[in-house]
Amino acid sequence: MKTNYRINEKGYYGDFGGAYIPEMLYPNVEELRSKYLEIINQPDFKAEFESLLKDYVGRPSPLFLAQRLSDKYGAKIYLKREDLNHTGAHKINNTIGQILLAEKLGKKRIIAETGAGQHGVATATVCALKGLECVVYMGEVDIERQAPNVARMKMMGAKVVPATSGSKTLKDATNEALRDWINNPVDTHYIIGSVVGPHPYPEMVSLFQSVISEETKKQLVEHTGKDQPNYVLACVGGGSNAMGMFYHFLDDENVKLIAAEAAGLGVNSGHSAATSVLGKEGVLHGSRTILMQTDDGQVVEPYSISAGLDYPGIGPQHAHLNKVKRVEYVSITDDEAMQASLLLAKMEGIIPAIESAHALAQLEKMTFQKDDVVVVCLSGRGDKDLATFMKYFNL
Amino acid sequence: MNRLTKLFSEKKENILSIYYTAGYPEIGATLKIAQALEKAGADFLEIGFPYSDPVADGPVIQHSSQVAIDNGMTLKMLFNQLKDLRQQVSIPVLLMGYVNPMLQYGVQNFCRDAAEAGVDGIIVPDMPLYECEELYKDEFIKHGLSNIFLVTPQTSEERIRKIDSLSNGFIYLLSSSATTGKGLNQSEEISKYYERVRAMDLNNPLIIGFGISDKVSFERANKFANGAIVGTAFVKTIGNKEDYLSHIPEFISKIKGSN
Repeated sequence: MKTNYRINEKGYYGDFGGAYIPEMLYPNVEELRSKYLEIINQPDFKAEFESLLKDYVGRPSPLFLAQRLSDKYGAKIYLKREDLNHTGAHKINNTIGQILLAEKLGKKRIIAETGAGQHGVATATVCALKGLECVVYMGEVDIERQAPNVARMKMMGAKVVPATSGSKTLKDATNEALRDWINNPVDTHYIIGSVVGPHPYPEMVSLFQSVISEETKKQLVEHTGKDQPNYVLACVGGGSNAMGMFYHFLDDENVKLIAAEAAGLGVNSGHSAATSVLGKEGVLHGSRTILMQTDDGQVVEPYSISAGLDYPGIGPQHAHLNKVKRVEYVSITDDEAMQASLLLAKMEGIIPAIESAHALAQLEKMTFQKDDVVVVCLSGRGDKDLATFMKYFNL
Repeated sequence: MNRLTKLFSEKKENILSIYYTAGYPEIGATLKIAQALEKAGADFLEIGFPYSDPVADGPVIQHSSQVAIDNGMTLKMLFNQLKDLRQQVSIPVLLMGYVNPMLQYGVQNFCRDAAEAGVDGIIVPDMPLYECEELYKDEFIKHGLSNIFLVTPQTSEERIRKIDSLSNGFIYLLSSSATTGKGLNQSEEISKYYERVRAMDLNNPLIIGFGISDKVSFERANKFANGAIVGTAFVKTIGNKEDYLSHIPEFISKIKGSN
């Protein structure tokens, strides 16, 4: 029997998913679960979503044949240019979808969590666009590390609230946002930024991000005459750009899907975010998935040079795709990702986000046939990482 | 009938339960606090097993959980400490915590060790009804553990009925109200919600929790329910004090208004 990669009627992908939430969140999550599919399939929703993606975000994002990179690796390397989206990353595909959904649900207030600030900026952006109140939770440590993104959010009218509990990073910002939602269940919508959280969030976010692979298929036909490449690569923190990039290829079994996780200083260094290697099954932020944890079930603080991959779990669908081996999960160290960033900058004139560079770094480790077609999701641009690049490369 | 259901069959009002985090303020505090609370007049206890990411709790209990984890508290350690529970404490004891540590310990192992220690029930706020019913309910019943669910002002009548049918101890009624407007002030709205649940004439007793911190809030809760749970206010009281045990009698007598 063919393996099912999609969600079932109970909100699970194989053994993973579900909605492990306290009763206080049940009405909010249940409201979303029972209404989101109906709303996002309404013609007026679709029309507004598509129009904003086109005229505001700038979609479709180009599929670019990176010629010098292709010559180097001996295959046709295409970059899906999510870095060219408004706000500089794929995150905005999801926030556009969720803000329209929040409007349909009659919500007046938007909350979000953010790590590096990309999702926070994408959320502040759509709130400004729609004139809705916006509160973004961000770890105190990240607020210091990511000052430009904090300033961007503030300029667009968002209130940035420091998460001061625990390790004061992304997972704590997520906890604080969940607490806010518990205290404001009626008028508030929580825009989760990745394919994580209780059902229906992982499915909803991957649906909004699936525009990436939908466009890629059409563009591949124009470029190569076929809609199926040999390889598709993307980086994974929580995993939203990867789910969007893989979505329409999941059932094309001959397309090899590869997800690059952050190994940090090395998978076994104690400073890593390689969840597929280090994680065990459990529950994190409302879903059953794999996460990095102690034997006692306490969540372990991850590490990566890239703040966007610095998350102790992966989305439940990734946990499933890993378990059934539909997607190969690989680990890329900080150094490998930084070298891949520099290589793309020098060879193609594109400075990638360090997150996306994890996917690019995997190219070094692969052997290709001359005619292989490879698509790499360039999920974000590197502007936000300049301070890190300057320090690392002594620029 | 376990100690908890026995308590509810004998006592119908002004039941006082205290929550505290195992391993806080010091690793060896767990049983000492239990003894002191029983002696001071608490009717039953909720011992929290700590979790790094307790989303249903506020900053005070999150802090106590982090301190407990830093002190070395684990489920393994807790069950080790609880081996002597029933030599020292006779009132009902529940364990309260999040689902992930329980899954890592193994739900079967957890239930077995809890029952062996003389624990009477469990409260796991982030365990969904569906999963509980399908996967774990039989395990709880097999080990004589009461399973406690939460109800909030937003919980629908239909869902409260379902929760009532799956409960065998009490229903944990959350006092927090997040509904706004409708011309009622907050306390009127909460009273209406308590009245609404009480009028449903459920099978299980009602115990009110969250926001109960003193004599006034305890008495008010008892107008509507069989009793109330004090957590944060107690954890605050025993925090950062060398002689934390000596503060327990006064804390309890103030809430019960018996001094």
